[in-house]
Amino acid sequence: MLRYTIRRLLQLLIVVGVLSLLLFAWLRSLPGGPVSALLGERATTESRARLTEELGLDQPIFVQYFKFVGRALSGDFGVSTGVQPGDSATEIFLQRFPATLELSFLAIVIAVAVGIPLGYLAARRRGGWLDNLSVVSSLIGVAVPVFFLAFLLKQVFAVDLGWFPTAGRQEGGIDATRVTGFFVLDGILTQEWDAAWDALVHLILPAVALSSIPFSVVFRITRASVLDVVDEDYVRTAESKGLTTPVIRRRHVLRNAMLPVVTTIGLQTGALLAGAVLTEKVFAFPGIGQALALGFERRDYPVLLLLILCAAGVFVLINLLVDLSYALIDPRIRTRGGGR
Amino acid sequence: MALLEVRDLSVVFQRRGERPFTAVDGVSFDVEPGQTVGLVGESGCGKSVTSLAIMGLLAKRGVKISGSAKFDGTELLSLSDRQMRDRRGRDLGMVFQDPLSSLNPVVSIGLQVTEVLERHRDMSRKQASVEAAELLEKVGIPDPKRRLSEYPHQLSGGMRQRALIAIALACRPRLLIADEPTTALDVTIQAQILALLADLVRDTETALIMITHDLGVVAGLCDEVNVLYAGRVVERAGRHDLFRVPRHPYTHGLLASIPRLDAPRGERLSPIKGSVSDNIPWTTGCAFAPRCPNALDTCVQVTPAMEPDPVVAGPRLLRCHNPVEPATAAEQEIMS
Repeated sequence: MLRYTIRRLLQLLIVVGVLSLLLFAWLRSLPGGPVSALLGERATTESRARLTEELGLDQPIFVQYFKFVGRALSGDFGVSTGVQPGDSATEIFLQRFPATLELSFLAIVIAVAVGIPLGYLAARRRGGWLDNLSVVSSLIGVAVPVFFLAFLLKQVFAVDLGWFPTAGRQEGGIDATRVTGFFVLDGILTQEWDAAWDALVHLILPAVALSSIPFSVVFRITRASVLDVVDEDYVRTAESKGLTTPVIRRRHVLRNAMLPVVTTIGLQTGALLAGAVLTEKVFAFPGIGQALALGFERRDYPVLLLLILCAAGVFVLINLLVDLSYALIDPRIRTRGGGR
Repeated sequence: MALLEVRDLSVVFQRRGERPFTAVDGVSFDVEPGQTVGLVGESGCGKSVTSLAIMGLLAKRGVKISGSAKFDGTELLSLSDRQMRDRRGRDLGMVFQDPLSSLNPVVSIGLQVTEVLERHRDMSRKQASVEAAELLEKVGIPDPKRRLSEYPHQLSGGMRQRALIAIALACRPRLLIADEPTTALDVTIQAQILALLADLVRDTETALIMITHDLGVVAGLCDEVNVLYAGRVVERAGRHDLFRVPRHPYTHGLLASIPRLDAPRGERLSPIKGSVSDNIPWTTGCAFAPRCPNALDTCVQVTPAMEPDPVVAGPRLLRCHNPVEPATAAEQEIMS
């Protein structure tokens, strides 16, 4: 298991390395650039040339790349030119990444907490009203674009009903102490309950919007998987032992039905970023999604590079976690790998 | 009084939008304490469904069960789900056909044995674990302590079936139902498992219902045999009587279709002609009539009743208008 984990972590390094090269080339090939974005259309040739030189963009691309790698290895990813000009990319990352992580985490928690029980119930009452209703709503969940749902939720629950704030991570009036950058966690750690609560309230609408797709997928996979498993011979064996229904449900049905669901959760968590960009835009939520959108608009190379590389790293890490947890719940994989 | 009295048991599957299908059509038989009774017949004759109905393991929806199945005087068919759960695993054990798919792949062998002990014998996890190792040892699994922490895929087919037998016998049930327990196993392993079952039921005085399509299994194990056809018992006799003088043409056909090593070279096998799909409903006559070499005109007009054999002495019941002559049957015995 340990050797496997180490091998996978090495793979992660290779993925990030190759991706950095591709990203670097790709970003440079986009039309426009930070100079035009910063100075505007009407800048003089001289000032453009000066800025180009200042940013090091006049050098050959491979020189730029190796300089970037050299600095990156010592933790310096450059200075933002567009998102928050003057701040270091690392600083922006540290501000924004926890926000998106917090949002994604809540979205996945909602998807799993609702999707798995509902999937189980729908399967057990197959063809009943609950089953039909949830199958249809999960279809809607996948089909409706996330930004549209986000907009709808904002309009109804924040603007019309006023139950939730319309934007941001925290009300301005609240004086919260920052510890980790995860606002809800900070509030709990410092026992500033009002700050924790306020941060949570800000998270709910975007998290619900963001959870629509993972919820639908988790629900459907759970339902299909439970339907498969309840007909398995070993469930009948469990019944023949006279075990109580809760034991059969937990130990014999759910434990097996969860195998494909775990994989799904991993993949969906990785895919959340795409939805996060749109949701964060709608709710003016200062996470990496919003920073990415802004970064592209202003061709902020350092910020884009760091954020995308980290997102890719997180994606690979999550899939590693999924594979490891898979080995934990499925003994067949555990022994096949030989790493006992 | 018999340990299990099955009377007129019928099981009808009724799916929405489909014609109801009668899988078991008035089956009656007894199992005495410690006795081994065979239910024999080809696929689809209702033998498995009979056992599942007795165990209360059929789906609740779309299935209609009628008749009676009394276990030690208690009517099993009218017990509540909870009462039945208390009985299953404790008074009634069951071993299934495919030992790989019948064990949960993600739960250790140990837990799959101990959970039934914890459920019915009020044992702690620790006591149950000691007991489980003993059980595994008793069914001939070597190094049982290590096996407890292993998972089904780490065991061979024969070992898995041994583990399932250990599970079924864990609470010392008075009745064990074995549904084709050797079908999925290698021939050499089959013999071992059968010998194990025979030993165990003898030592523990457990009654056994052996469900099989394999007459070899019946010959080696059963005290009494019920031959099923299309959901009804067509012949019942003691093992020796049945093999020596099969009276129902179906039984006769089953025995005749077994390939024999001592048959002359080049002799063709003699299968029963046709298939189950040729059957006529029991209500209009004998379901086997279209495939029966002995069929008379009455066979497709009058449903034969289950009656004592009029010709051959002994406790035999027969559902046939025109049974195979004992002489013909005896001839065959001589020929072999």
